Amino acid sequence: MASIPLDAAELAISAPLRPRGGRRWRGLVLPLAAVALWWLASRLGWVNSALLVSPIQVLDTGRELVGNGRLWLALRASLARELTGFGIGTAAGLVLGALLGLWPRFNRLAGPSFNTFKQISLFAWIPLISVWFGLGDVAKVVFLSLAALVPVVVNTCDGIRSTPPALLEVARVYGYTRWQTATEVVLPAAIPAIFTGVYLALIYSWLATIGAEYLLVSGRGVGNLLIEGSEHFQMDLVLFGMAVIGTVGWLMNACARLLERRLARRFGRP
Amino acid sequence: MSRSALSLQPGHAAADRPRITLSAADRPRITLSAADRPRLTSPAAGGSRIADSEATGPAAPRPWRAAPAWLRRGAARLEPLLLPLALLGLWALGAARGWIPAQVLPPPVFVVDTLRDLAASGDLWLHVQASLQRVLVGFAAGSLIGLLLGTAMGLSRSVEAYVLPSFNALVQIPVLAWLPFVLLLVGIGEPLKYILIAKAAMVPVALNTLQGFRQAPAGLREVGQVYGYSRRQQVLEIVLPSAVPTLFTGLRLGFTKAWLSLVVVELVASSEGLGYLIVYGRQLFQLDLVMAAVLVVGAIGYLIDRLLDLAERRLAGRRAAAAPGAR
Repeated sequence: MASIPLDAAELAISAPLRPRGGRRWRGLVLPLAAVALWWLASRLGWVNSALLVSPIQVLDTGRELVGNGRLWLALRASLARELTGFGIGTAAGLVLGALLGLWPRFNRLAGPSFNTFKQISLFAWIPLISVWFGLGDVAKVVFLSLAALVPVVVNTCDGIRSTPPALLEVARVYGYTRWQTATEVVLPAAIPAIFTGVYLALIYSWLATIGAEYLLVSGRGVGNLLIEGSEHFQMDLVLFGMAVIGTVGWLMNACARLLERRLARRFGRP
Repeated sequence: MSRSALSLQPGHAAADRPRITLSAADRPRITLSAADRPRLTSPAAGGSRIADSEATGPAAPRPWRAAPAWLRRGAARLEPLLLPLALLGLWALGAARGWIPAQVLPPPVFVVDTLRDLAASGDLWLHVQASLQRVLVGFAAGSLIGLLLGTAMGLSRSVEAYVLPSFNALVQIPVLAWLPFVLLLVGIGEPLKYILIAKAAMVPVALNTLQGFRQAPAGLREVGQVYGYSRRQQVLEIVLPSAVPTLFTGLRLGFTKAWLSLVVVELVASSEGLGYLIVYGRQLFQLDLVMAAVLVVGAIGYLIDRLLDLAERRLAGRRAAAAPGAR
């Protein structure tokens, strides 16, 4: 077998941590090209359709919505529901997850039921929720809580159950009580996993907020802006709404990442 | 050139550097053991689970220690059923006693009857078929695109630099927010559902493919370099084998997402399918129909998840079996 000379450039894969400074602009090429193409297409009238609105029109719509305060009203309503549902779901999820993780008997009794429950697509609950709780804010918050609950339970339970056995042994050697073991060994070890669950819950509940506004149509919210745009064939409104939803999701992601990194440093995780 | 084979046996996450054992065979070959499989969900992989041995093993709950083994095992197996049975009993009792009006919560018998009617009249199969077709077409298209995109990004740093930021930005927008946009573009027909389901499936597949391609252990790549592997050999014999489990995880996640968005899309815009059945029942205030449809959705989702899990485990098992064979 002839030995093939190694070409360093060929082995991009073998250099996983290549310096990236100064190359950030490459990520902007594609979006800028797309926007330019879009602008050209609408400007030169390549496609004759009312759906092809120009980027400038989208910006105008956005400015108008910001100007007359409708965007803030919608965002505030959506975020208030999101955070309420997220709070309730996370609190309940932490308790349930801790019970499932720390208490083997409870796990045997309720674990399989919970696993079955989480298999059912979340949105399938909406019709039932709408019958039981109506179409208003209560129904939406119930749905959001459910959305936030599932990842918190799963990750809390997983985190608790994957405490390094060596630590548990140390606790046993030192004669820790069950309570001490739980609060001083197991919970600190589970913190990163718990945080992952909470982080997921934040994202899921934001997705569910949009879903709830979509399926339990009433009141105002960012999702309702989208529906309105789609009902009136206002592509600019739809596109602007999508951008807002994406941005909020991205911001939540970024905040949670930052917090996670802080926490990770604090609890001495790699 | 030395005619030896490599068999790398990385230990658990604790052992950073894979142990390398050399032995004679005719071609350099590199295999990863199943222990190297990435764990996506549990951050503390490698630590054994404390409650597991107590909870799921055949070990019996303490009070029944005196009972014979078969009885204990049977009791342990029945335990998970207690809670659902109790809830079911409560539900049936509540319905029978009239605590809750049947309009709000139909008795379980109703739900079963409705399910049987649906199955007997053939309606159920029609809806199941429509849903399955949508999810399969969407999933196939989405995972294909995801695999291609992930592979392109995984193999080339510059493709990643150009594409990944845009990809990440678009991923932030959930399926439901895409819906009105796609709805205006292509109308309310089948393409709408295919596109949205494909989008849902594409994201995890692409991201996992990318991750899979990037996670080949540095040690293995070094070995490849030492042996003067070409780029093609690097990819086919080092990168790809170590990427397979992650790829599969991506496909499985992609399917879960596809199934989830199928239900969403059908809830919002469709005239057949399981999601439509749910909406229809809700509109007629027939909660028994809603519940029957939800049950079917859950059962199919569960079944497919089990199948994929089995396939994944088979794959892992074969890889584990292959590892010692490579000696």
